[in-house]
Amino acid sequence: MKTFAQLGFPGRLIAVEGLDGSGKSTQIYLLKRWLEAEGSKVYFSEWNSSELVKSATSKGKKQELLTPTTFSLIHATDFADRYERHLVPLLRAGYLVLCDRYVFTAYARDIVRGCPPQWVRDIYSFAALPDLTFFFQADLEVSLNRILDGRPQLKYFEAGMDLRLSPDPYESFRIFQGRILEQYLAMSSEFNFLLMDANTSIEAQQNIVRSLVAGKLDLAAFARKKTPSA
Amino acid sequence: MATANIPKRPRNLRVIVPQKTARRFYGHGIPGVAVEKLAGRLIVVEGADGSGRSTQIRWLVEWLEGNGHSTVQVGLKRSSLVSEELDKAQEGNILSRTTLSLFYATDFADQLENIILPALRAGQMVLADRYIYTLMARDIVRGMDEVWLKNLYGMALVPDAVFYLNVAPEELVQRAFAKYSALDYWESGMDLGLARDLFDSFLKYQALMAQQFKRMQRTYDFHILNGHRSVEEINAELRKKTDAVLTGHLEQ
Repeated sequence: MKTFAQLGFPGRLIAVEGLDGSGKSTQIYLLKRWLEAEGSKVYFSEWNSSELVKSATSKGKKQELLTPTTFSLIHATDFADRYERHLVPLLRAGYLVLCDRYVFTAYARDIVRGCPPQWVRDIYSFAALPDLTFFFQADLEVSLNRILDGRPQLKYFEAGMDLRLSPDPYESFRIFQGRILEQYLAMSSEFNFLLMDANTSIEAQQNIVRSLVAGKLDLAAFARKKTPSA
Repeated sequence: MATANIPKRPRNLRVIVPQKTARRFYGHGIPGVAVEKLAGRLIVVEGADGSGRSTQIRWLVEWLEGNGHSTVQVGLKRSSLVSEELDKAQEGNILSRTTLSLFYATDFADQLENIILPALRAGQMVLADRYIYTLMARDIVRGMDEVWLKNLYGMALVPDAVFYLNVAPEELVQRAFAKYSALDYWESGMDLGLARDLFDSFLKYQALMAQQFKRMQRTYDFHILNGHRSVEEINAELRKKTDAVLTGHLEQ
């Protein structure tokens, strides 16, 4: 598997990964704001957000119709739609594409749900690797508390209830997230994750994110050309 | 009713109890499924639109049930999970190939897990109006990677028999006009840009599909049936072969 840079794309893809509640969405949002202010061509894409697939996914989740296999496939469909319709064309056009979760989320979650690891990886083999992947690692308890404090009602699949880990949603969520974290850590070096200590302040993390991005990418190459005013 | 034409066999008082056969998935399969518990039979009928698939399946169901076997039918784009969304996506023709392929795979997986496997576990006869082969052939014709497709459909159960109704594209055209007075956009492969007009595109596309089925025949053990014969003749052959499936003696 190659990165977009290795494949000769003019654009670059930056992904953030981490458990729910690790603060990754906050960090990528702040990165986006900074890049926009710098005048870069930026596009942001979120896991499970393709309009077309959304109604099927939400129906499946609401009615608890999904099995590990269909859960995996419907997310792959969503990803493929965003990948082929938005990510690839924008990367061809020289954009900085920011992804809140990428294929690694599927690798981790689907495997914890019992899908064959190689089957999952091969399904996503049409996708190139990100040029930079930040992994936000918070103590499991910190992540859990962030989620559990803010949203006391856990959703069925979010809590991993389909895995029958525990009849108690909170206990199920803890076990499920713990297993996902193990999967993430196991692939961390294989995919060159940039490990971020998500226990520190938002500002301290954003400082590191910005300096890593500025150091590893030539940001001037992604500047929006000024159109001559009429 | 068309079924009145089926030559009636004497009512069998003794119902054949299918013998156990070895079962497997094509690849990784579905996690947590004990294949040895799948007592029923999975029979697939493949063929282009207009090849007579649905009529043959209808007749086969009549015959099977008359002989004491409980049946369940599945087909493409019939899942409760994504069938509506798939229809919508196709109307607009906005999905790219990998996406559409995965969407169909989701539809297939949903029926496999929620209908096919439970029915087989309950010892029923499952009749599939098309299976993964149509999905793979469509994608291969559109340039998708076959290795990728084989991995994807490694989740599928190997059927007990796959019958392919072979009908020449020229005859399919005639049947489509006789029935609908029109050719379907997708069945004509218009998205491929093979020809400017529907008629030429249909012939080319169906020939490409037939070519893929011929290529897959050996790998997937298809029984190719000449679809140019009468409904009765074809069904007689199907019944004979299905009978062999039930007694465990179907040979290629």
